[in-house]
Amino acid sequence: MDEQRDIRIQVPVLARVEGEGALELLARDGQIEKLQLRIFEPPRLFEKFLEGHSYSEVPDMVARICGICPVAYQMSAVQAIEQVFGTPNSDWIQSMRRAMYCGEWIQSHALHIHLLAAPDFLGFNNAIEMAQVHPEAVQRGLQLQGLGNKLISLFGGRSVHPVGACVGGFHQAPSILAVNRLRDELQAALPEAEELVRWTAGLDLPDDQQEFVSVALRHEQEYPLYGGRLVSDAGLDIAIDEYEQHFREYQESHSTSLYSLLHDKPYLVGPLARLNLNRDRLSKNLQALIDEIGLQLPSRNLFHSIIARAIETCYAIEEAVRLLDNYQIPPQSAEFIEPKAGTGYGCTEAPRGILWHRYDLDEEGLVLKSRIVPPTSQNQARIEEDLHQSLSSYGLQHTDAELRLRAESVIRNYDPCISCATHFLKIRVKRE
Amino acid sequence: MSDKPKVAVHKFASCDGCQLAFLNAGEALLSLAQQVELVHFAEAGPMNPEARVDIAFVEGSICTAHDEERIQAIRRNSQYLITIGACATAGGLQALRNLADGQQWLAEVYASPEYIDSLATSTPISHHVKVDHELWGCPVNGRQVMGAIRSLLHGAVPVVEQDKVCLECKRQLNVCVMVTKGEPCMGPVTRTGCGAICPSLGRDCYACYGPAENSNTEALGEAFRQLDVLPATIGRRFHFINSGVEPFTAAGQRWKRDE
Repeated sequence: MDEQRDIRIQVPVLARVEGEGALELLARDGQIEKLQLRIFEPPRLFEKFLEGHSYSEVPDMVARICGICPVAYQMSAVQAIEQVFGTPNSDWIQSMRRAMYCGEWIQSHALHIHLLAAPDFLGFNNAIEMAQVHPEAVQRGLQLQGLGNKLISLFGGRSVHPVGACVGGFHQAPSILAVNRLRDELQAALPEAEELVRWTAGLDLPDDQQEFVSVALRHEQEYPLYGGRLVSDAGLDIAIDEYEQHFREYQESHSTSLYSLLHDKPYLVGPLARLNLNRDRLSKNLQALIDEIGLQLPSRNLFHSIIARAIETCYAIEEAVRLLDNYQIPPQSAEFIEPKAGTGYGCTEAPRGILWHRYDLDEEGLVLKSRIVPPTSQNQARIEEDLHQSLSSYGLQHTDAELRLRAESVIRNYDPCISCATHFLKIRVKRE
Repeated sequence: MSDKPKVAVHKFASCDGCQLAFLNAGEALLSLAQQVELVHFAEAGPMNPEARVDIAFVEGSICTAHDEERIQAIRRNSQYLITIGACATAGGLQALRNLADGQQWLAEVYASPEYIDSLATSTPISHHVKVDHELWGCPVNGRQVMGAIRSLLHGAVPVVEQDKVCLECKRQLNVCVMVTKGEPCMGPVTRTGCGAICPSLGRDCYACYGPAENSNTEALGEAFRQLDVLPATIGRRFHFINSGVEPFTAAGQRWKRDE
């Protein structure tokens, strides 16, 4: 009887996700009848109000799509706009953009691992409770998060909606003294980040094997962050400006976020997808660490996302140290800009996955049209597919509270940023 | 206030960036959790949106019919209601829709706009309920939110900055970007509190902390014109992060009319 009960779970606002979303689960006769990740973050219509604004205003505007990953929005945007203008990028500008971006990965990943995800696996309601039992782990997390924020602020003056990046480069180059000081701090934090990887690998993570397609950028030498081609483990290998020929967005009545499909199927973006496709682009040190913890890649278990985030935190610290080594002030921190009309594309790896932008500009560099595809809307179809499979294999005989926790942990694996996608998921369990 | 004051953090239409003033506070977040009871803060975990609290922080603007009702309930349940950030305090960047045809915009972004619960406008919290204190900024920083809590815990009124960014630049000995580089800097009419970070990086302030008191937007617009900034561009300077608040709304409209 219990196994076949009708289940109706509604989480009106999901906790520990960024933005506002809800979950609705309906099961009858041991079968899931309806499962929806409802995103009801009010739409803010960024693509519309960008129209008529100057290219130079775009980086400060798109940052406001997301307080957690503003750098990602700025970077995809400046790339696309510079493509329209044919603006060259010096090595210095590219390296410093990557370094700033590393700051965002460190901050976002450390925040998600400690404040949002880890309480699920250690049996706490939130990080504040967790801090009473695991103070060192939480403090290490907060320190890494703070370090990421410092790295963003080095280039941007502040970590949320930083003001340093512009089309062409940076408004100002940071001083040698400030860079060297932070470089040393990052270097000193590397062992802590390596410990973080071991700590996440030691968590009691569910074993939930699933089939899915991973999509990420792939670069000739670098671990994907700022550039590359779009690839998948199902054979996709395209330039970023071919995106619209392969991916399509559609709307569902229960969500203010658009869904995205690759060749009409759900797909995964984000840390685990990047790692699945780009392990060979990591340093020898990090590859050895992956062997040490025994993580098999590619991984088909989305619960490994927390380990992937820790590995990428390590990567971002290593990479920032490398980029900031022997730092010199360049002759100019930004390229000269000459606006012209055209269409340009930008795609970078936000902490949550690929963030794709397209801008149509007029001859003065005013935005005629824009299109922005954030990682969370790309993952939305995959999250629903995952919930179907993982709740079925977990077993619907579990109590509502258990089902709800499992569902929420599954969703948090994706670190959905619902503000990006268009707010926070809330679940209420009701048995019929 | 009760022995261990209860605090809630609520979210409306926003980017979540102002809540990061808490989540990025590091150790201060943990010590805050010892001094107050965080009863509702969905992004951090605690979930009790209908609890009675001593202090409610509100992030985000009102953009849906449902949110119009939600803010009324929060007001009834809260002794002090404090808005954090440009969205809650002025409608935010998304208040740009108020100057256009918001419903038409929805139709252009979504194939089936009828599925979307959205008002034609994005409005600040003060348009709907009484607000006790407003913390300006896009985003607000940790110093502002922790300062506000500390003041209220001691029974004092939180200090809100009123100075213009120009004064902060003088204190920091920044070179003026408007005088030396001809940048259309919004510092002369913008509230400080950010630390004058834009001029410190050699660029123009874009008014993310909203209007300072007694802002002479008229004179600043004329000064921009002297710098050969086009009227439409001047209009957009005022209609940016804080387009929904006076005197920025009127100043922006004036220059857009002159286009």
